[in-house]
Amino acid sequence: MSSEENELFHHAVRLGDDALILAQRLSEWCGHAPMLEVDLALANIALDLFGQATYLLGVAGEIEGNGRDADALAFHRDVLDFRNCLLVEQPNGDFAQTIARQFLFSNWQDLLMREIAAAPDRRLAAIAAKAVKEISYHARYASEWVVRLGDGTEESRARMIAGLDWMWRFVDELFDPREGTPSLRGEWDRRIAATLAEAKLEYPKPRRAVLGGRAGHHSEHLGHLLTEMQFLPRAYPGAVW
Amino acid sequence: MSTNTSLLSSPRKRGPSSTEFKEEAPVPVHQLQRLQALGPRFRGDDNIGVTEEELKQRIFDLLSHVPDPEIPCVSVVDLGIVREVRAGEAPSVVITPTYTGCPATFAIHAAIREALDRAGLAEMRIETTLSPPWTTDWITDEGREKLHAYGIAPPPKGAGKHSLHDELAECPRCGSQRTVEISRFGSTPCKSLHRCLDCSEPFDRFKCH
Repeated sequence: MSSEENELFHHAVRLGDDALILAQRLSEWCGHAPMLEVDLALANIALDLFGQATYLLGVAGEIEGNGRDADALAFHRDVLDFRNCLLVEQPNGDFAQTIARQFLFSNWQDLLMREIAAAPDRRLAAIAAKAVKEISYHARYASEWVVRLGDGTEESRARMIAGLDWMWRFVDELFDPREGTPSLRGEWDRRIAATLAEAKLEYPKPRRAVLGGRAGHHSEHLGHLLTEMQFLPRAYPGAVW
Repeated sequence: MSTNTSLLSSPRKRGPSSTEFKEEAPVPVHQLQRLQALGPRFRGDDNIGVTEEELKQRIFDLLSHVPDPEIPCVSVVDLGIVREVRAGEAPSVVITPTYTGCPATFAIHAAIREALDRAGLAEMRIETTLSPPWTTDWITDEGREKLHAYGIAPPPKGAGKHSLHDELAECPRCGSQRTVEISRFGSTPCKSLHRCLDCSEPFDRFKCH
């Protein structure tokens, strides 16, 4: 790979890993959500993200040119080779914590994919243009729940604040100047602040940023997630439905 | 060449009036769907000597009998999944997924493959393209009517452009516009769940996309 191709490969892997890991996390809610409609919604969002991950990792494999497809990249890499941001691997916690993660991520992913849809690589642009239509539903869903929980009961409000408080330390990684998207911070901040105001929640105070996901330095949570996600293809290599 | 459409000319009614089905014929619905999916059968030789335009039309006709696996009242052509048929040196059918993660994509690919093979068109390739992204605006008028008759509120035309902001859904049962959204995410990625305030029935709606 040329250095340009190498950069594009890592770009596609970062995008694909974000979608894949968050999809796997959201799937943990399937059958456990607070109510049926939420169960359906979270499973649907996960499905969209799995679809995006399949295309993004597929393109990464094509760029790499070593015969690795999306499945090989998803199931036959170890934890240190994953390049997802730390935000998406965070445990679900309670429903408010899950919503906090989705709210912060989907709003960022929406802005990012809009940018990629207009970027030079046609393969990634095609996936991004398609993904934006799906992500706008995710962002809206999560934002509506932030308002409902934040401006709800004392209990729901306390949980929403706690969920945002936990997730906030992983936000700076998204906008890190090295492998993040610093140019999107302004618009993202405006969107987040508008929804938080509607939810009668305070904009979280700055926290010491936790970084490392883009370099493969993950929290212990990711290894456990991969153990479950990768078990079948590793125990039964080449298994097909 | 006339295609034998006897199997296809009487699509089984589904949904509210499915009781008729039991009286008419004992063919299980899943078998009938499968037979419909196969489309008319003809030999490879039958495709020799037809013009490219005739062949393209023949393939569109063929695929207009391949039902969507999750919403079998409409075909893959009705939904706008089949984008293009290319004749010539490298003949192919170009399809596009509705949602990136739609699990029906694999079943649709297999059903189209089978229909082409049975029609003596084994050399036709199936290509998948993401660009331009699928929109509900590509659902044909006939497809919209079929969805409505099936009990699914079709998306309004032109809704793809302002997708999220138009939530007006008309009850497919009684036609009332006094409806509420129960869940934006429904039984499949492409549908949301609504309820009619006049007839009180819940109904699916094809999401604007």
